[in-house]
Amino acid sequence: MSKIVKQEMMGMNGDTACAYAVKQCNPEVVAAYPITPQTIIVEVFSEYVANGEVTTEFIPVESEHSAMSTSIGAAAAGARAYTASASQGLALMYEMLYIASGLRLPIVMTCVNRALSAPINIHGDHSDAMGARDSGWIQLYCENSQEAYDTVIQAWRIAEHKDVLLPVMVNIDGFILSHTLENVAVLPDDAVKKFIGEKKIPVVKKPSGELTPYVLHPDYPVSMGAIDLQDYYFEHKRQQAEAMKNALKVIKEVGEEYGELTGRRYGLIDAYMMDDAEIAIIVMGSTAGTAKYAADLMREKGVKAGVLRVRSFRPFPRDDIVKTLSKVKACAVLDRSISFGSYGGPLFTEIRSSFCYECEKPIIINYYYGLGGRDTPPNLLENVFSELKRIVETGKIGEEIRYLGLREDSIDSVNYKAELISFKDLNTGNIGGK
Amino acid sequence: MSEEKSWREIPLGGLTWLHSSEYKTGEWRSFRPVVDHNKCTRCMQCVIYCPDIAIKYKPDVNMIEINFDYCKGCGVCAEECPVHAITMVKEKE
Amino acid sequence: MSVVKPKDLALTEERLAPGHRLCPGCGEPTTVKLVLKASDDPVIVCSATGCLEVSTSIYPYTSWNVPWIHSAFENAAATAAGVEAAIKALKRNGVYKYDKVNVLAVAGDGGTYDIGFQALSGAFERYHRIVYLLLDNEAYMNTGIQRSGGTPSYASTTTSPDGKVIPGKLQTKKQISRIMVEHEPAYVATISAAFWQDLIQKSKKAFAADGPAFLHSITPCPRGWRHADNLTIELCRLAVQTCIFPLWEAEKIDGKMVYKLSAPSKQIAKNPDKKKPVVEYLKLQGRYRHLFKPEEKTELINQIQEWVDTEWDIILERCGEK
Ligand SMILES: Cc1ncc(C[n+]2csc(CCOP(=O)(O)OP(=O)(O)O)c2C)c(N)n1
Ligand code: SF4
Ligand code: SF4
Ligand code: SF4
Ligand SMILES: [Mg+2]
Repeated sequence: MSKIVKQEMMGMNGDTACAYAVKQCNPEVVAAYPITPQTIIVEVFSEYVANGEVTTEFIPVESEHSAMSTSIGAAAAGARAYTASASQGLALMYEMLYIASGLRLPIVMTCVNRALSAPINIHGDHSDAMGARDSGWIQLYCENSQEAYDTVIQAWRIAEHKDVLLPVMVNIDGFILSHTLENVAVLPDDAVKKFIGEKKIPVVKKPSGELTPYVLHPDYPVSMGAIDLQDYYFEHKRQQAEAMKNALKVIKEVGEEYGELTGRRYGLIDAYMMDDAEIAIIVMGSTAGTAKYAADLMREKGVKAGVLRVRSFRPFPRDDIVKTLSKVKACAVLDRSISFGSYGGPLFTEIRSSFCYECEKPIIINYYYGLGGRDTPPNLLENVFSELKRIVETGKIGEEIRYLGLREDSIDSVNYKAELISFKDLNTGNIGGK
Repeated sequence: MSEEKSWREIPLGGLTWLHSSEYKTGEWRSFRPVVDHNKCTRCMQCVIYCPDIAIKYKPDVNMIEINFDYCKGCGVCAEECPVHAITMVKEKE
Repeated sequence: MSVVKPKDLALTEERLAPGHRLCPGCGEPTTVKLVLKASDDPVIVCSATGCLEVSTSIYPYTSWNVPWIHSAFENAAATAAGVEAAIKALKRNGVYKYDKVNVLAVAGDGGTYDIGFQALSGAFERYHRIVYLLLDNEAYMNTGIQRSGGTPSYASTTTSPDGKVIPGKLQTKKQISRIMVEHEPAYVATISAAFWQDLIQKSKKAFAADGPAFLHSITPCPRGWRHADNLTIELCRLAVQTCIFPLWEAEKIDGKMVYKLSAPSKQIAKNPDKKKPVVEYLKLQGRYRHLFKPEEKTELINQIQEWVDTEWDIILERCGEK
């Protein structure tokens, strides 16, 4: 334990924790555009720039599309590039997300998770990041502001690892983390600097055997972003799949090394009282904290409850998850976004399919929760555990796909349905009804 | 076309690894520019305008030279030559 | 600036390589190779999606002898801004070898007037030291000749075709370069490859500027304009001689944008007789064929001429020639 660095406690919200970590990492370029609930990151970082606390070129771009484009240009030129966004901003970046990963540029971004319009809603859920789950970005979801700080620092090491070279999205829940004050242990500047190390340039080998640095530099006329047709596009996507696979190992290694430095170890998943758990909640982000609290309450009642928090959603740690859940009797996967028309949420479908060929598998049900920032207090999670307990006891599963924290009807109503009328009826005021 | 490689044999990120000078666009040509070097005043207009970077000036011999590996036969050089030193002739089949 | 000797220019290093797959007679490579020759310092190129990009980078081949990146269609300016910012910061951190590197963004009219305008406007307002080269062939050529904000009136494209009731594009061409002047950048100029001496001088100024510079090139496209392959440079010339594309520049002097007419256009300003009728330019191009066949549509041609005259007047005014 003696290797652990002395750290200072600072009262910070999640956004500030991210900005502070970025300050300590001092990337060459930060290009960002404000959006609630990410705005604090941009504002706080601007202050660091204004006060000369970083040597970063800060580019207050005119849109998120340009934020990512600028980050791509900067990273391609050999710089460390950071950006932050949320919701509509991430959606506007969508095109460029795929380009950042396809070009294998190790950009780091904080996504302060927020619901997507319409209707417009500024509060937390995972719809924004889930829309980007196939974009080739590594996606890590944080439980608290401490982890947000820690993960932004680790992200560079993961992204820039020679076996990975992929962009990393650090997800923190809007408001619940971004705007809530928390005590965060911060490393001294030089420890951060040493941990992330000097920015290295990847060198690649052409089929001719010639070595080329993968960077836009006057001495090496490389071409990036060529048009890649039927003959090679597939090969490049295969390479990305391999890099994602490699990231599984790298995320663990970096999390371990970071643990040795700070005393806070991180991995792909975070298993809470799962060793002997019979029922479990599987969740990502800040709700894991509440779920752990609910598990404690269940344990007090003698119920063997546990929580599996998925920290890395991309790459998806299938093996770790299967191993952790294989002895569980019933579990509930909590999804904070809806993949409309899908049989269950994104986390649920992925976990269920992970068990497809396993002999030992738990009963798995799905809850949608927390959309648009809907509160998910401990009692709701206790209810989930109680349901799981009931399922184990009775063997009756009931609805597989459920909604948590959604109001029930007080009266029988079909108001959510519509009738159709013609333009002629519209003009004459004949809109039906009695 | 180059021999097709597997995903492990090519560099990441779609980085290109062949130079287009290895790709001969001369095959596209149906008319061929022919230079009358006696008429040519070495004014360089054709070199400057050629869209295919197919005309070079050779200072050692003070002559222009058309590289038929690349010349697509557009006829810009012939059109722009101030002294009509270039004529376009039909390529044989 | 001193005049460039043709032989010196011919012997200047080629930064764009042969073997690219642009159509025979395409106007894009001539402009690009010449602009690149004008930079004495290293150049990094950021291309927008479009004909130039696809035809010079068909994997695994590249035609670029300088570092080059293409990321998307609408973001050449933003990508270039990132490259510029990276170099600035790397220099500040003491790890960059070169003191001066020019960053050139290249985009078509689609990538500039339309989808890329926001990124362009933002980058110019933020005053990145980049040179933005607009290759204006007046339509989306790469996707098969669709209209853009840069397509001139009555030109027929695949999304503004000449039909039984509509004679091609009904709207006028957006005056992008004047809009760029209103951004008050370091430099704006219009260029035509036919006047390569002027093009080189302006490109040199653009690269030397200590802020954003915008070069607007009239860039014929034999396929989209439906003209003979060999007439590319002649059309670059006629565009200037008819004043449908006057050559001028605007430089920031003491914080004020000062317009100046360039020599080839100035000669016309001094000698209005030299101004050729626009019909000479139009009739060489199949995209205007419906104005001549089956019968000549004098009224529409006159409308184009009037538009040319008005815009020419505006330029003369801006340049203090009136
Ligand atoms: C976001 C997006 N929308 C549409 C396209 C399709 N697209 C590719 S190139 C192009 C037109 C390019 O036109 P222009 O910028 O004028 O360049 P040109 O090919 O004419 O040189 C279009 C519409 C795209 N690549 N990306
Ligand atoms: S343009 Fe004509 S005269 Fe000039 S160099 Fe070419 S061939 Fe010779
Ligand atoms: S015909 Fe066209 S491509 Fe061939 S040399 Fe002349 S200008 Fe160049
Ligand atoms: S379509 Fe036009 S712009 Fe595109 S390569 Fe062909 S000639 Fe050039
Ligand atoms: Mg175009």
